[in-house]
Formats: sequence, C-alpha cells, structure tokens
Amino acid sequence: MAVAFPFSAIVGQEEMKLAMLVSTVDPGVGGVLVFGDRGTGKSTAVRALAAILPKMTAVVGCPYACAPDDTRSRCEFCGQLKKSQARLKTHLIPVPVIDLPLGVTEDRVVGALDLERALSAGVKAFEPGLLARANRGFLYIDEVNLLEDHIVDLLIDVAASGENVVEREGLSVQHPARFVLVGSGNPEEGELRPQLLDRFGLSVDVKTPQDLGSRIEVVKRRDAFERDPQAFIERWKKEDNKIRRRITVARERLESIPVPDAVLERAAELCMKLGTDGLRGELTLMRAARAYAAIQGAKEVMSTHLKTVATMALRHRLRRNPLDDTGSGVRVERALSELFPV
Amino acid sequence: MRQDQIDDALNDALLAAALFARNPSRFGGIRIVSSAGPVRDCYLDFLKRCLGPGVVPRKLPLNIADDRLFGGLDLSATLQAGRPIFNRGLLAEVNGGLLIVPMAERLSRGLAARIAAVMDRRRVYVQRDGFATESTAEFGLVLLDERVTDDEQVPAELVDRITFQVDLEGFSYRSLEDAIDLFAAALPNDASPVRVDPPESDDGMIHALCSAAMALGVDSLRALSAAKRVSEQSALWFSRLTITPEDAAIAARLVLAPRATRRPVEPEETSSEPQPPADYAPSDNDRTQSEQDSVNDQSDSALDEPTSLENLNDLDEVVLGAAKAAIPAGLLSQLLSGPTMRRRGSGSGRSGVQQKSGLRGRPLGVRSGLPSGRARLSVIDTLRAAAPWQKLRAGSTAYPLGRLTIMAEDFRIQRFKARSETTTIFAVDASGSSALHRLAEAKGAVELLLADCYVRRDQVAVIAFRGKRAEVILPPTRSLVRAKRSLSGLPGGGGTPLAMAIDASLQLAHSIARRGETPLIVMLTDGKANVGRDGEPGRAHAQVDALRAAQQVAICGFAAMVIDTSPQPSEAAQKIATEMHARYLPLPYAGAAEVSRFVKAMA
Repeated sequence: MAVAFPFSAIVGQEEMKLAMLVSTVDPGVGGVLVFGDRGTGKSTAVRALAAILPKMTAVVGCPYACAPDDTRSRCEFCGQLKKSQARLKTHLIPVPVIDLPLGVTEDRVVGALDLERALSAGVKAFEPGLLARANRGFLYIDEVNLLEDHIVDLLIDVAASGENVVEREGLSVQHPARFVLVGSGNPEEGELRPQLLDRFGLSVDVKTPQDLGSRIEVVKRRDAFERDPQAFIERWKKEDNKIRRRITVARERLESIPVPDAVLERAAELCMKLGTDGLRGELTLMRAARAYAAIQGAKEVMSTHLKTVATMALRHRLRRNPLDDTGSGVRVERALSELFPV
Repeated sequence: MRQDQIDDALNDALLAAALFARNPSRFGGIRIVSSAGPVRDCYLDFLKRCLGPGVVPRKLPLNIADDRLFGGLDLSATLQAGRPIFNRGLLAEVNGGLLIVPMAERLSRGLAARIAAVMDRRRVYVQRDGFATESTAEFGLVLLDERVTDDEQVPAELVDRITFQVDLEGFSYRSLEDAIDLFAAALPNDASPVRVDPPESDDGMIHALCSAAMALGVDSLRALSAAKRVSEQSALWFSRLTITPEDAAIAARLVLAPRATRRPVEPEETSSEPQPPADYAPSDNDRTQSEQDSVNDQSDSALDEPTSLENLNDLDEVVLGAAKAAIPAGLLSQLLSGPTMRRRGSGSGRSGVQQKSGLRGRPLGVRSGLPSGRARLSVIDTLRAAAPWQKLRAGSTAYPLGRLTIMAEDFRIQRFKARSETTTIFAVDASGSSALHRLAEAKGAVELLLADCYVRRDQVAVIAFRGKRAEVILPPTRSLVRAKRSLSGLPGGGGTPLAMAIDASLQLAHSIARRGETPLIVMLTDGKANVGRDGEPGRAHAQVDALRAAQQVAICGFAAMVIDTSPQPSEAAQKIATEMHARYLPLPYAGAAEVSRFVKAMA
C-alpha cells in the first residue's frame, strides 16, 4: 500500500483514535492495544497515524535516528560523531512506524551481523533490526496474540528498558530502542500474556458500527479512496493537517500542564476501587489524562479529562473475575459513575 | 429444492466464478464448499476457463513453513554462491495469480493470519534470516472447504476478506455441466477481459446493500464493500452503463446471503419501522453531510424528494428479497435453532494442523547455542547459519576445501516448552435432574476453574450432556471469552446420558494426548444415569453402561475427577468415581473454592 487512508476520514472509532493521539502526544503513556471485531479498520488507523505524525529531528546517518539533544542514552554512532564534530548534522524525517510481521525471525527483530559486509569486506558490522528502526517511533504488531512466544519475550524486555542489548555472533551491541508498542488483535484468538499486556499503556475495544448511517459512510469513503486515493487524501488534507497541528501544540504544552492534587487523589481512589495491580495503572492514567488535557487545550488537568481516558488506561489492568460476566470496560465505567456522580 | 431453484443457484455459482475471474485480487477470493470430486473439479475448470490461459494457479500446502511462504535463505544456492541468497516465497511467486488452498477448514490460525496480513497490504513484507525485503503480492484466494461437521471452520479472518462463497453440495455433475454450457452460450460476445472501470454506485444502491446487510445480521464492513464491488462488476459484466437493481440483487445473493446470521424481519415489520433513509442523513455528523453535498448533489437532492424515497424503499426491498431467497437452506435451519447453537463453531478453536514435533510441548523457536539434554540440535537451521560463511572459511588454512565447515557458533537448537500443557475437559451434566438441583452452581464452579486455567495458561474444553447426546460445545481453547460464552448459553433439561458423556470425554482426552498435551477430565454430574450408550432410556442399563465407560477411563490412565452435583452425596456418583479411579468431590461440602483447589492440585 503506497498511500495511507487519511486519519481524519476514519468513521467513528473515537476511542481508538483518541488513544492513538494520546500516546503520540506523550509516548511515555506507553503503547496502545486495539482489540476487536474484524474489518473495523485497526490496521488502517495505525497506518493512517503514521501519515499524520509531525516529522522529527534526527542525527544524519544515525541508524537509530537519535535526537541531537538526547542526553539520556547516546548510541555508539552519535558518540563517535560527537568526538569529531562540534555540532551534529540533523535532518527532519518521518516518525518511523515499523511493522512487525508474523513469521519474523529473531535476527531481524534484534539485529544481527551484517553478512554481506562480513563476507565481502571482512568487516564485523552490526546490521540493525526492526527494534532499531522503531526507535523514537511506533512498533506495530498486527494479530499480536499470534506472535510466537520467543519473539514476545524479546519485546517485553526491550519495551520496558528502552534499550536493545545484542549478544550474538560475536557481536556485543547496545542501542536505544524506545518505541511505542501498538498491537491489534482479536480476543477470540486467545488471551495475551499478562506481562505483554502490561507493556501497553492504553487498551481499547473496537466494535463494528451498528448504525446504518456510519456503515454506509464507511463503505462510501472506502470506495472513494480506492477509486482515487490522491484526490481523496487531498479532500481530507485540511482535517489531517488540523490534527497534526494539534499534536504539535499539545506536545509543546504537555510539560507545562499542572495536575492538581484533587485530580491525583481521584485517580488514586479510582485505582484503589478497581483494585488495579501496582502503580503503573495510576501513572499511566495520570499521563494519559495530562496528554488529553493538552490535546484539548486545557490549562490544567481536570476530572473530566481523567474520566475520558480512565477506561482505556485501566481496562486491561483489572484482575480477571470470571464470575462477573460484564466486560472490564463496563466495570471501569461503573466505578467511574460511582466516583463522579452526575 | 425445486428444479428452478437449483437452476438459479447453479447460475449464481457460475456467475460468482465469472465475476471473480475478472479481477481476482480485488475480490480477494472465493470459498467453495464442496467435498473433493468431479463436481468441484468441473467448477474449478470453469473458473480457470474464465481466468484465461495466462493465470497459473498455485497450491498452498497446509504444512508450509514460513521460509517457503514468505521467502528466506536458499540453502543450496547460498552454499554454492558463498553469500546469502534469497529465495522468494510462495506468496510473492503467486503474484497476479490464484492461490488455491485445499482443505481450507484445516488451515491453522497462524497461517491464516499470515495470509490475511499479506492480502491486506497486497505486499509480502519479509523480515527473515537476515533479509529485509518487500514485494508485490496480489492474488485471488480459492478456499476449498471440505468441512463435514461444524467443528471445522475455515478461519474467519480469511472468510472475512474474500468476496464470494459458493456451496456446490447438492449439485449433480450433469446439472453443473449443462449449466456451464448454458452459461457460456449466454456470454456476451466480447468475453475477453477488458479492464475498464466499472460504473459507480450511487447512494441509493449503497444504502440498499447496507440495510439488507443489517437485516441479515451481516456484521462485517468488509462484506459491505465486497457487495458493492460485486454490484459494480455485475453491471460491467452485463454491459450496463449504470448499476441497476438487478446488479444490487446479484450482489445481495452472492455476497450477503451466504453470510447471513439471522433471518430478516418480515416486511410488515420493516415497513412499520421508521425507515433509515428519512433519518440517516441528519444523524450523520456535519462533516459527513458536507461531504455528501460535495460528492453527489444529484443524489442528495433526490433523497429529499418523497417520491424517490419510496423508490429507495423499493430498492431496499428488492435487494433484501434477493438475499433472503438465496440464503442457503441449511443455513436457515441453523438460524432457526437459535444463536447459541450457531455460535459454537464460529470461533477459532484449535482445528487445523498442529505442528508436529518430536518432543512434547510447544516449540519455542530456534536459538543459537550448543545442544544439550534439554535442547535438540536443529540441523537445517544450523546448516542455514553456516552456509553464508563457507566461502570465507574455505579461504583459511585451518579447514580443508570442499567440506562444509561448521563452527560452534553455527549451532542452532530447537527449544521446547519444558512442561507440557494441560487441557482440562469439563463434562457438564445439563440434564433435568442436575438442572433442577444445581446447574447454575456447577456453571459457577466451572467458571472459577476457568480463572485458574487462565492463570496457568492451560486450555479448556467443555462437553455438555443432556437428553440423548453429549457434545463438545467448546473445543480446546485458551480463550476465556469463548468458554464463558459457551457456558452461559447452556440450556438444561432432559435425561442423563452419562455413558455417552464419559465416552465423549475419553475421545477428546485421547486426541489431546495425541497432541502431546495432558488431559484432565472433570465430570460435573449427580451420577444418576438414565440414558444408555444406545440412546435408550432405562436406569438400570444406563448405569451399567456408565460404569463400563468409567472403567475405560481408568484403563487409559487419564487423570479425572468427579464433582457430585446432587444435593446429598450420592452413591451413584461415588461409584462412577471409583470405577474411573477419579477423585470424588461432593459439591455441597466442597465449595467452589475447594473444587478449584483440587483441580489445581491435580493439573
């Protein structure tokens, strides 16, 4: 697929779109897990997101697309450059959205010895894998619950540490791999490992729209896009640009938005009520609420922001209770309505 | 079926092939439900004839490995060339052609998901064996569905992505041949595939298809787009300049009817409801409205006029009527029997090919490392790792020329999960005697056990028995969602065919054991059998049969437990447990938590 469907032209699925925007504005929120019906545009949305992301500044030639002012972790490449140059050359590049296809092998995920170079020039060089390419961007796994266990193990570790450590074929390489994990799948294919589930900051359920109006609209837009993708993209360009600007503005404002103590208390109360494990849920909830407030252009985080993102931030962190037939999303909402009576 | 109905169905099946052949990759694919035989061969020949001579179909073996599917390192070429050589996979090779999947109902979920991903992107995206490449892969999928029972289903993600579904069961070879002759005679003269853009659907047509889909319970949005494409292709096929109601009706028959999940509401009711055309436009958001304006002023103004509104309703009815008439007979009877019955097979389950391994447990992939007691050498992967190096190594003096040089770092080991998985089979007594007492409690206990299974990542299967049958209502799965659903829809009442239930559990246990997993049978019953193996009622011989079946379990040595669901511990259940060499647990004393603790201890 050469061109992506415009993000703003996706009919409905507001929760999914919001979750993606939130994790774009603050990658610290963690990834997004999209579970739901077939044919609801899960993959379409991810590819569309790639097209509207504002470009990022990266060091020219760096295989990990490091930011020039990144002091947290410096890759070897940039370290070498820094010694010889006072100022690093930079350029604007699109934010990487990397596919992790099913059937991927370990060497391509973590990176391996560059065989061509080893054979032709006798150089022991590291050929970065998908984790390297996803640095500072998004790593997208479609059908995440069908991913092989040993690949999942690799991801779990790297997603937590933000660093990929390669010890193989006589190589010893360490490079930054901070990415936002985006997974999609169908719950009928089986459950996710709890550890992997935990790496996703937000989780949304998507359903096929049931009202005739939106269903017709989906078909019409899909058709218009297939007939003339360029014209269709052109028609939605303004809307897409609007979203892109909102992301840029929200990112700039993010750090300056305060979280009042009252809201913090509310968040803690909510997590306690739901019995979510550990602090991660609370932290994610706060960050997501702040990112959402930034998107909304609010001066500070309010409880309405908290309410909007609570379901997606906590849904997958509840303890399973098989005797309770209601979905975990409903349970979050029930707790919310108790905490925030209208 | 009457003769004219058969003729219509045959003609539709042929039309489906003809339309599909016009642009296989755009339509995604076709599912052909039929046992192997001359009828299917004849139909496939017809399909190939429609495609023309240029297209060579490729077959997809069910056991295909990822390196052949996507592409990967070519071992022999790499050894010869002394550098890594890439070998294109089947999905890249079939570009522009047809991919035929025999026994599609046995397709594994993993393979189906891989194919689906490639179909979505129309490209193969390879990240394997040190290669990172992409190539175009546009193909039409032909799913040959030979299912006999509901337990076997073509993976839903593929069915969702294809357009056509035809059922050849019930057609005779003669009638198919005759129909093909008739069809070919009626073909337009210029049957050569001219690729022109089909006419565009107007809003009314899309509306009719979408509302027909809703009435039939067709949930998938992909099916809607597929129906629209078919109506357009049909107009082109019949050399019509605009899409007529006839084309929409064809789309409804070919695409929507086979996907129906409910019987449409009778027309009286439909017309009494406020029909969507009047209210669907205002319910859309502003953006949609303005878009509609810009897209098609004509149709928009047409929508406002009351006269054309009626036309729209007429069209809706034509389309829905066509779809209704084309719903397969078997499907309708299934629909009548209620949603719980239908739901059973619709999900994933574990049908399909299991990867056979020499060791027990699931393979965990290949890693570099030295073979040891717990890890086995994977010869092919070791060779693959060593192959690209041969030229380099041959240059050094330490190794003689003309031999494969394999060094310690090349060794690849296949890892397996050490502990084999447990699959817990719940045989739930849903008979009248049990239902009266505590079917609900039994369900509760099972659900609690399910939670444990979830924590341990075990699989569960559920067998329900009542009346004269015991059936697997949930094949082994790890999905808690499905297990819960299958339990909540479980009706109660009828006799207690205990012997049948034990037999069914035993059979399932055997098949689980054959896969290298460990079965655990949990019977929830009051032990009061009153239906024998032969389905005949009668307490005495039913008890004898049940005890005999129980002995079989003991002989086979499967772990089992009997949870007595009668109000007081019953002798009957105790006896069954003894014969089965099973642990006996009366529910009145053991609470749900207790039961769960015991199962945990046994698994």
